[in-house]
Amino acid sequence: MALVNPSFIDEVKRSDEFNASACMNCGVCSAICPMGIELLPRKLFRYVLLGIGEKVLNNIEAIYSCLLCKMCEVNCPAKVHIAENVRSLRYVINKKVFKI
Amino acid sequence: MTLPTGDTIGILADNLKLRNSVLPISKENAIRWAKGLELPRGGETILYTGIMYQLIPYIAAMSKAQELIEDSWMANFVSVGRYVNKLINVSGFMAKPSESMQKSYNQILVNIALLLKEAGVNFGYLYEEELYSGALIYDLGVDDILKDHVHKVYNTFKKYKVKNVITVDPHTTNMLRSVYPAFIEGYDLYVKSYMEVLVERNLQPKNELTKEVVIHDSCVYARYENVLKEQRTLLNRAGVTVKEPADSGRFTLCCGGPAESLFPKKAIVNAKKRVDQIKNAANNGVTMCPICFVNLQKAANDEITIDDISNYLVQAYL
Repeated sequence: MALVNPSFIDEVKRSDEFNASACMNCGVCSAICPMGIELLPRKLFRYVLLGIGEKVLNNIEAIYSCLLCKMCEVNCPAKVHIAENVRSLRYVINKKVFKI
Repeated sequence: MTLPTGDTIGILADNLKLRNSVLPISKENAIRWAKGLELPRGGETILYTGIMYQLIPYIAAMSKAQELIEDSWMANFVSVGRYVNKLINVSGFMAKPSESMQKSYNQILVNIALLLKEAGVNFGYLYEEELYSGALIYDLGVDDILKDHVHKVYNTFKKYKVKNVITVDPHTTNMLRSVYPAFIEGYDLYVKSYMEVLVERNLQPKNELTKEVVIHDSCVYARYENVLKEQRTLLNRAGVTVKEPADSGRFTLCCGGPAESLFPKKAIVNAKKRVDQIKNAANNGVTMCPICFVNLQKAANDEITIDDISNYLVQAYL
């Protein structure tokens, strides 16, 4: 069972640019991701919003495999800042896990 | 086994912090391309290479070494490498660039400088004081180290009273035009890619090129910086027939290059997908980004030609 940490969102959200809550989970991003990363970004953003940091940290390879190419972002009907949100996740992982 | 993500990012970030570049390149090699062009040092308008084209032969050499390490017992020792790298430049031993590759990437910068001169632009160059923009470290999300570096770059511009920066690649354009303003209060530089400047100056061709090319847009130009018309205008004006592959323009397919530093195998899979799309349109792919250029060229494996746009432009406009 995963632990819920309500303050996880505060660690990830460094500015208003982080707008994961705008995601309506339609799945367009996953469908067109050139890397075929089904998890990114909608499921990961949901984990962040729910405070399930453990699930986010279990998916480091997917988070760093993202090309930041914005193919998902230009097709996103909810205008989620997907690339910047992924960068925010990387920032947290660099700090928390890699100690960089 | 994949490369250890944290240690690889750590090495790249340490390099930026300690050596001002993600991979080692001597100042002599970074500025060699400008030899004989007699560009003034500094000035109100400068050509800023961001050392991207010069770094590609080093990235290619490093990536070859990484591919070998990725599936071997050596992957376990990358963490040791990070500690050693703080004292000795480890990536310098791993990345020995090919001379012919260095020559062809330097030629692209010469092309760009000559095109700008032909368009009547007066510009200088910062020579050995020019620094890498930090693009890869930004992508990897190491913002604390990037923040210090961004100020170093900006202070060099200020030292030479630079007002206008002409860039040569999409990643540096994006960093200087859209990312730096978020890190520097009162950021006041005007940044344009050389293609935007050439179109703005209404450069006219001297020779007609009756060629057909398939255009590969860089994701960063297309989706971050909205540079889409300029490359087509310059090629069309020169008489080149521009063909569009599946997934083009604003919806261009990424070359896979951004995965290169951490997951070289994933990068090549994506590049092959894009090469197939290009191949279905025609046999000459044209790129405008050094990362797309190297990654697609590697995946094309001589089945089709991939060339930088500047190599076409010099044939038509000089």
